[in-house]
Amino acid sequence: MFTPDLIFKVILILSIFVITLVIAMYSTYGERKVAAFMQDRLGPNRAGIFGILQPLADGVKMFMKEELIPDISNKVLFILGPCLAMTTALMTSAIIPWGSNINIAGTDFSLQVTDLNIGVLYVFAVTSIGVYGIMIGGWASNNKYSLLGALRASSQMISYEIAMGLAIIALIMSTGTLSLKEISAAQAGFHWNIFVQPLGFLIFIICSFAETNRAPFDLPECETELVGGYHTEYSSMKLGFYLFAEYINMFIASAVISTLYFGGYNFPFMNSIGLSSNAVAILGVVFLFAKIFFFIFFFMWVRWTIPRFRYDQLMRLGWTVLIPLAIFNILLTGAIIFATNN
Amino acid sequence: MQSLTNRKKVVGKKEMTWVEKLYLPAILGGMRITLKHFFTKKATISYPEQKREFSQIYRGMHVLKRDEKGAERCTACGLCAVACPAEAITMVAAERKKGEENLYREEKYAATYEINMLRCIFCGDCEDACPKESIFLTDRIVPSDFERNEFVYGKDKLVETLENPIDVSIRQTPEVLEFKKNKKLTHNR
Repeated sequence: MFTPDLIFKVILILSIFVITLVIAMYSTYGERKVAAFMQDRLGPNRAGIFGILQPLADGVKMFMKEELIPDISNKVLFILGPCLAMTTALMTSAIIPWGSNINIAGTDFSLQVTDLNIGVLYVFAVTSIGVYGIMIGGWASNNKYSLLGALRASSQMISYEIAMGLAIIALIMSTGTLSLKEISAAQAGFHWNIFVQPLGFLIFIICSFAETNRAPFDLPECETELVGGYHTEYSSMKLGFYLFAEYINMFIASAVISTLYFGGYNFPFMNSIGLSSNAVAILGVVFLFAKIFFFIFFFMWVRWTIPRFRYDQLMRLGWTVLIPLAIFNILLTGAIIFATNN
Repeated sequence: MQSLTNRKKVVGKKEMTWVEKLYLPAILGGMRITLKHFFTKKATISYPEQKREFSQIYRGMHVLKRDEKGAERCTACGLCAVACPAEAITMVAAERKKGEENLYREEKYAATYEINMLRCIFCGDCEDACPKESIFLTDRIVPSDFERNEFVYGKDKLVETLENPIDVSIRQTPEVLEFKKNKKLTHNR
């Protein structure tokens, strides 16, 4: 029953879960620090040294706040909304290869919870369910701001998922597999997909900004227009769940971008520096997290640089620019594959 | 018409070039600016630990000085109240009794002396007007409070204590002393 493999998987799942939550927690701190630094301020620095305990203070605050459920809301759906948002945010991490195999006492253990042969599709399926968390929450609140936020979120996510999927098709054409493990392994050393698919990467990263509801695509929750968007009526830890889910999504999106386009756990000269395979695997994990942290910083960097889109601009960008561009990218990739194979 | 400042700019809705329509160079330019700010020195002063340095001639909360023997210098002549453009100063004079020579320097003294810190504009005219070198503005800040009445400062808050005399020499730069000597200036007479 308790085979070493199972025990290893359980430990892996738990540690990924904890790491995800801690990173999401400290992303809130990082976000505030990055925002402050870019505006020539210092940011939170009172709770603990450099304000390092700020996320804990915020968490305690969230728990202690009064819990309000509006009388006219649909109570079941109102509670279901944040739960769905949180669950779907956490689900994607299952198929990300955090590193290559690790060898303990003669057995190889994969640093990936499960290797689905349709890994990329799974990512898309889960992000699509993520829309429901926002939509249900916004609709159940029975508030016009929430409803508008939810409508914007769902239409935005559906629009940008198409371009995102098309960008991925070009990637799959060049790698020839849907499994994230194989995509990672194919990028060994410095053969990263970004050099093969620069246009695809550009489309993908723009769409992931839209999918995670981050600025400049933060229309579902734009506080200047919609008060708070879909979470206007939420308070206490339910609001905390929504905000937390956003940061988890950002972490996962960074992980997916790193895995698909930036070589995942691979780093240059990984096979020629003459380290043992375990050391290379562990170093690979470190490199993957370095890439992820860079992209999380990138997300914040963009947020504090670019103003929000107007709604029609958002739709025009999605439908008339990104989708044709993605289709062009597919044709280009196909043409190049055809030319090189002959 | 001729331009007065030469800063006039003709704005027009110019057709954007293809590169501009891509927006990516503009976005990268913006991100370069934010990154530059990320590494610049921050403007914040962490207040309770770190204090902004005041100018040498900063005019803050007033003090009523005592002389070298510890007696109050103020003789309640009322010149400060007359000089005050905000009418913030009021006082009631009283006559010095026998045996109070160590408390008050002159034969007449201020029984009450009040400055309304909400009216005060910290111009320093009271200091210029004072013939007895009694009132000075210092580099101390008038602290905030919850009640308006609390801002009417009486002698309890204004007169320096014997234990910790307030240093007013910082403001008395050579230029200030020279200015005080010159009684020809109208408001200094």
